[in-house]
Amino acid sequence: MEKTYYNPADLAKFGNISEFEPNLAKKFFDYYGEVFKAGALTEREKTLIALAVSHTVQCPYCIDAYTQETLAKGCTETEMMEAVHVASAIRGGASLVHGVQMMNKAKKLSM
Amino acid sequence: MTKSLLAQSHTFANSQKQLAHLNGPFFENDNLTFQEHLKNNGHSTLKPTGLDIFQINLGYMCNQTCKHCHVDAGPDRKEIMTRDTMQICVDLVRKHKFSTIDLTGGAPEMNPDFRWFVTELKKAGAKEIIVRCNLTIIVANKKYHSLPEFFKEHEVRVVSSLPYYAASKTDRQRGNGVFDRSIKALKMLNDVGYGQPGSGLILDLVYNPAGAFLPGNQVELENNFKKELIERHDVVFNQLLCITNLPISRFLDYLVKSENYEDYMNKLLTAFNPGAIEGLMCRNTVSIDWEGYLYDCDFNQMLHLKVEKAAGQHISEFDLEALNKRDIIVNQHCFGCTAGAGSSCQGTTT
Repeated sequence: MEKTYYNPADLAKFGNISEFEPNLAKKFFDYYGEVFKAGALTEREKTLIALAVSHTVQCPYCIDAYTQETLAKGCTETEMMEAVHVASAIRGGASLVHGVQMMNKAKKLSM
Repeated sequence: MTKSLLAQSHTFANSQKQLAHLNGPFFENDNLTFQEHLKNNGHSTLKPTGLDIFQINLGYMCNQTCKHCHVDAGPDRKEIMTRDTMQICVDLVRKHKFSTIDLTGGAPEMNPDFRWFVTELKKAGAKEIIVRCNLTIIVANKKYHSLPEFFKEHEVRVVSSLPYYAASKTDRQRGNGVFDRSIKALKMLNDVGYGQPGSGLILDLVYNPAGAFLPGNQVELENNFKKELIERHDVVFNQLLCITNLPISRFLDYLVKSENYEDYMNKLLTAFNPGAIEGLMCRNTVSIDWEGYLYDCDFNQMLHLKVEKAAGQHISEFDLEALNKRDIIVNQHCFGCTAGAGSSCQGTTT
């Protein structure tokens, strides 16, 4: 029995998901590859966005992969941490902005 | 001052110990060796495509002790090529007209016969002379301040390491204060025309990742370096060459100590690109050490893996025809040259 749900070695096996359903996997990986190619945004910018989103979805595989990718793209540790703070600010803000809803309700219920 | 692995009597100062580690448990289980990867891609042996680059290592002495150095160079290394050996190289250049002469070290400029050698190579008809200059040597001592003028006079192509456009990562890899001194040297090179559009004086920079990861896209990194270096420091250069760190010598020591070795090897194997086999630098290069022995590349030189015996292992028995027929010696460090976009002393290969 495995002791944890996550195994770092599984990251390299991502492509193996095609084993159970090849067609959708191919479509996904083709799409994934296209998304990360330079377009209006550079590959570097896209990688920093991916790092921030990885923290938002709290995916250990993604954090592992995009920490490596951002380093490979020449990002600084400061840039990487600023990206994580953006994710944190949006997550925190998403909670806080609902405070308005709470206030609306509280005010409605209060004399 | 940081000591070389040799001065520390470190295990990895012994090339046999390095090779034993590289061929250790990682390849005893599921992972195919480099030789097996080549075979699976149609190369039972690796053959030269013709000798274009005559790469000469003038010695392992250096004014820096970089953490990733595959040469294990440093101020405590005393191995230096003699003028007699240089003379044989000059004669070979005159005879064979190699398209590129690539001078490396250590800091090649620290060899007392460096300027004599460049002058003689030029007289012998060398078309392109590359000097792998670590930049800080130019400002290390007054006697080196005139190097930019000397390079210009001899139309040398300068190739210099600068792992990042800010001090943080550069100094972490190359030593405290190296970035500021490198910028000073780059400005001196720019001042005599190096890297300036239309000057014909080529100044290329080399990017090595400052850690256990692979280099990113060379073109995009070059664009970033150009933008940042001009904006922050008013420095210009021609090309950025991305070189993957090969798992040997000090970088191997770093990988093992930081517990990154297996992950890094996995990265190299996962990124194995069959398309990079065609342009492997060992196929058009021969590397010569300070004593005149021949190797398939500078990395093999540091692992003491000489060219195969039938090809002639010393410049005193140099035989171009035999060299062009040789089987190239490969080992597990070679995965560094086939990962991703491929890697060589001239940057990416695909």
